[in-house]
Amino acid sequence: MSHPQNAAEFLKNQAKAKWHDETLWFVRDKRDRISKTIPEWENLRNLASQIKDNVLANLGSYLEQFEQNAIKNGIHVHWAKDGDEHNRIVLDILQKHHCTAIVKSKSILTEECHLNPFLEKNGVEVVDTDLGERIVQLLHQPPSHIVLPAIHLKKREISELFHEKLQTEKGNEDPTYLTHAARLHLREKFLGAKVALTGVNFGIAETGEFVVCTNEGNADMGVHLADVHVACMGIEKILPRRKDLGIFLRLLARSATGQPVTNYNSHFRSPAPGKELHIVLVDNGRTAQLAREKFKNSLKCIRCGACMNTCPIYRRSGGYSYGSTVPGPIGSILSPGLDMKKHSTLPFASTLCGSCSDVCPVKINIHEQLYEWRQEITKTHGELGKGLSMWIAAGIFKSPLAYKISGGLMRKALKVLPDSLIYHPINAWGKSRDLPEAPKESFQQWYQKNRS
Amino acid sequence: MISNSPKIGLFIPCYVDQFYPQVGVASLQLLEKLGCEVSYPLGQTCCGQPLANSGYERDTHGATRHFIELFKDFDYVVAPSGSCVLHVKEHSPAIAGLEKEQAELHHKVYELTEFITDVLKIDKLEGKFPHRVGFHSSCHGHRGLRLACASELNQTPFNKARKLLENLEGLEWVELSRTDECCGFGGTFAVTEEAISVRMGKDRLEDHLAHQTEILTGGDMSCIMHLQGIATRNKQPLKFLHIAEILNQAIA
Repeated sequence: MSHPQNAAEFLKNQAKAKWHDETLWFVRDKRDRISKTIPEWENLRNLASQIKDNVLANLGSYLEQFEQNAIKNGIHVHWAKDGDEHNRIVLDILQKHHCTAIVKSKSILTEECHLNPFLEKNGVEVVDTDLGERIVQLLHQPPSHIVLPAIHLKKREISELFHEKLQTEKGNEDPTYLTHAARLHLREKFLGAKVALTGVNFGIAETGEFVVCTNEGNADMGVHLADVHVACMGIEKILPRRKDLGIFLRLLARSATGQPVTNYNSHFRSPAPGKELHIVLVDNGRTAQLAREKFKNSLKCIRCGACMNTCPIYRRSGGYSYGSTVPGPIGSILSPGLDMKKHSTLPFASTLCGSCSDVCPVKINIHEQLYEWRQEITKTHGELGKGLSMWIAAGIFKSPLAYKISGGLMRKALKVLPDSLIYHPINAWGKSRDLPEAPKESFQQWYQKNRS
Repeated sequence: MISNSPKIGLFIPCYVDQFYPQVGVASLQLLEKLGCEVSYPLGQTCCGQPLANSGYERDTHGATRHFIELFKDFDYVVAPSGSCVLHVKEHSPAIAGLEKEQAELHHKVYELTEFITDVLKIDKLEGKFPHRVGFHSSCHGHRGLRLACASELNQTPFNKARKLLENLEGLEWVELSRTDECCGFGGTFAVTEEAISVRMGKDRLEDHLAHQTEILTGGDMSCIMHLQGIATRNKQPLKFLHIAEILNQAIA
């Protein structure tokens, strides 16, 4: 399936599509309002962008510094070149501790590595403890948004799911009631898990510590109750100094949900006495992306999701229409680097409106990279039809005479051809739109008659 | 007003030339009324934007070379389109042998309203246009050329088109719920992502209708062609004009 097909499917349920658009617009609007209460907002974005540029330019040395300091702090550091290696490292740690059930707070990286199915295949029960992630997990779905994993679901659907899985009252859609039921259900899981897995929002090279941001406190709950904490971190998540966090934490929550700060910004530096702390540093295509000059700064992303909330296409097609772990505009510039063929339609799922770039807290030029990916994709995966008609157009446009003849023919054709032919189903323009009325003469003809 | 009557080349996008000659006429007459010496170099084709945005920038060398040769001797190049101007500035491939001309051209090509406000330095236009006007900001003009402040940014609000329109006697400016959301045209996107494109257009139209827009205008006829196409199909009571047509009528 391609993005256009998936989007058309999503739009069939018009009421729900409208609700989805309005819900995410509400989040974007909240982000707009709170960002405008910070006079130095644009300056924060500039600083964050520059710090991330510095990180990407010196990634190797920052990672080594982070590793040395983390080891000094008593953290076990692992390196994984790809998702498979990451998954095996995690499984090894679990097996060493004879652990068959883990709790996991939100980590898009583990989604990217497909950790859950791998662990389940190896006899480990994985419970996602972020409420939204637990909901989609119970539905056997992936997250549809990186910050709001169950944003595509309405209260009624969650009520039905909880009635079936958690035995809540049938038809009770009260969010407080449903959240309370989820809390009781998750509490049991927290108490039973020997190992807790988390993602990482920021790793600090200077101190060897890392920061995990959650609104629900579920990362802390899991980590503090378990004997072993495994943190999975993409190698681009490094920040040079602890004081840099002041910039990023201010930007992250405001960009993500319009909150002044994430509820829990938890710093992990050393294991508690008698416990173990592991960190798995994962490449999985990141160094390859770093080597692509035009696309490397996509690695500055802090996974706030603001570009999804603002994207008029994402809001109207839903996260699943992208068929990639990270959907939306940022996903559309990250995913082709992982598998260009599979994700070849994503850079075209945009009008290049530029809203994503203006909303991005680290100033990634997302829409310009979408344009650049298009240039790459057509070299190897251009559909013949598109390529051919475009090529003819290129021939016309460099020759004024050819342009004049074809333009004149087009205008005449529009006048004489019956509507049934102009609005044939294969003509996607005319399915829901009229064409402009063809004028009797072009501007050029008018000019020649009237001015020259 | 600029001194020594600089020579202005009128750049008329291909689809305006073919489908909306009245927009070309209005742009020409408007600039002349503002005291400019304007000419339209014959033999214009297309700047190459549809190809480039579809991923075939490499096939636009011919169109780009032709464009540079046609316009290189003008002091300014002005077009009633933010989108095509953005393409010329940012997405036309480097042309061997014309490097100097191309670099100069990128600094002297302007969208119509920014030419009036930034080069002619006209802040207020005297005229009359007693209608409720809803403005559609084309994204390439809006965020690409920065013709107005994007709602995402924390900036002092400004809008070059609004500056020209709102002084016109009788003109009521329509405040929209979503001031600068994309209409969904997007060039070939309108066809390749037909379902979303139409949905986006319908949503923009609903915003205008909910705020009693009488005439929907904008700086890019491509967005308007898309919005008008949907409105006509659904028999929605809106009129559509390019901003050049409004300004030209108003200051008659």
